[in-house]
Amino acid sequence: MIMKVLLVAESREGKLLGNINELLGFAKNLAVETAVFLVGKNDSLPKFSGRLYLAPVEKHLEYNPDGHKALLLEVVEKEHPDLIVFAHSSYGWDLAPRLAFALKVAQISEVVALADDGFVVPACNSKLRRQVKSLSPRTVLTLQAGAFPTVENGASLPEVIPVDTDTAPLVGFAGYEAAAQGGVDLSKASVVVSAGRGIGKPENIAMIAALAQALGGEYGASRPVVDAEWVEHNRQVGTTGQSVAPKLYVACGISGAIQHLAGMKKSEFIVAVNTDRDAPIGEIADVLVVADLKQFVPVMTEKLKAL
Amino acid sequence: MKILVCIKQVPDMESKFKIAGDGKWYDSADLVFRMNEYDEYAVEQAVRLKEQVGSADVTVLSIGGDRVKETMKKALAMGCDRGVHIADNQAWAKDPMVIAGIIAEYAGPESFSCIFTGMQSQDRGSAQTGVLLAEMLGLPCVTTIVDFSYSDGRFTVKRELEGGIKALVNVQGPAVFTCQLGLNTPRYPTLPNIMKAKKKELQSLPVEHLQKIALHQKTERLFFPEKKSGGLVLEGDAADLADRLITILKQKTAVLA
Repeated sequence: MIMKVLLVAESREGKLLGNINELLGFAKNLAVETAVFLVGKNDSLPKFSGRLYLAPVEKHLEYNPDGHKALLLEVVEKEHPDLIVFAHSSYGWDLAPRLAFALKVAQISEVVALADDGFVVPACNSKLRRQVKSLSPRTVLTLQAGAFPTVENGASLPEVIPVDTDTAPLVGFAGYEAAAQGGVDLSKASVVVSAGRGIGKPENIAMIAALAQALGGEYGASRPVVDAEWVEHNRQVGTTGQSVAPKLYVACGISGAIQHLAGMKKSEFIVAVNTDRDAPIGEIADVLVVADLKQFVPVMTEKLKAL
Repeated sequence: MKILVCIKQVPDMESKFKIAGDGKWYDSADLVFRMNEYDEYAVEQAVRLKEQVGSADVTVLSIGGDRVKETMKKALAMGCDRGVHIADNQAWAKDPMVIAGIIAEYAGPESFSCIFTGMQSQDRGSAQTGVLLAEMLGLPCVTTIVDFSYSDGRFTVKRELEGGIKALVNVQGPAVFTCQLGLNTPRYPTLPNIMKAKKKELQSLPVEHLQKIALHQKTERLFFPEKKSGGLVLEGDAADLADRLITILKQKTAVLA
């Protein structure tokens, strides 16, 4: 029986990250007592009713997993939560296993749904789902981005409880490197046509660009295509690239890894072109065209031009 | 310098998956297996570190049935010096805590200076094993690295964060790093190196002596997700498909107006 949850919020460059609202949404669905932990600043706090354990970011830094683990252990000692919940983010997946090991409890990663007496997580690049049961008295979770409805900022303010330790960091955090600037702003395009691994070779980017032009939009790409340097990083759609929500999104040869879906699933209408009927992109596509993009895309482009 | 790289053999993700008879895992009968994609970057970085420092020895470790030795041979052909295969036909049913515990039991006495893993596996995707291994060994750990350099016992890395931002982190060895896609460009093994790899030491150890930790979680069932309700699936020849898609776009979107 879940009675009490501890949510772990994040801050980046002194600002609270919005993913706490998904964690609060998860807790609200469970209708359980909720406390939040944050290494952050007094002027950028989550809004909810409950206890907020706040550690000063000036001392504990935004990447100092050993220090943050020590702080969390103190909070767990005070709160005795049944679940300790992180976002499945670069902060969450780094810190959650450290806490789980210190507490000698299970961590269940990238939860997308609750199940009877357990949790549902993706498997095999999201092609499958796995239902998992924790065997430990309390459980650490990370939640997949976008899997649970967000709670919009309420008016309530938490009761702030300071927390502090003197744990020495094991790693040296030397600041941030900003994302590459300039280039195309895909978020302003009304149509985005993206290329995935299925395009096969860099020469085929041209046919994706041509289809995008015929539809009056821009072309983008998924991570493997950018990592292969076939398309510049500023056209990458997904968690580590741009988030888009155009009127029409055409995913060509993209299997649909969650990191990509997170960047485009709010699009108004989604067309997927894929040879694999079971590709996870099919879960969110309004239309799945089962075809080899190298044959289909040029024909589609010609017909659009002839309209 | 002693370097360890931990790899996992996973099915090719383009495969047609079938659920195994007990409903808890995939049926491996008709699957093609390969190295977990993230681990290819880990192997490449381990070999590059060895090439940089000169006098180094790279051990590649994997847990599983005899089948995983094929994937380990690829790592040996990429430049690892020796292989440690932990023989375990039930590895698929073990959780990250148990798997990390087995590796820690082996790696503890070996005192490696640097350990690489992939940031996650493609099949379970828990992103825990590397971090848990570091915690068990009491070593610092940096996850999701996309840039790596080494000088005088000190590692300087970049972590990939959301939105293309990177965190700059330095750490004194020994340390554990979990590797993200794009960290480097994994090399293809050349034919001479594939031949040389056949002569490299590939030792098998029984898992029984190394497993000291009990399961913390268990898989109840594995299943296919539901498709979006109302999603259309179009099949046919390219010209017909294009005509049908254009009709749909005219009806459902404003982009062809």
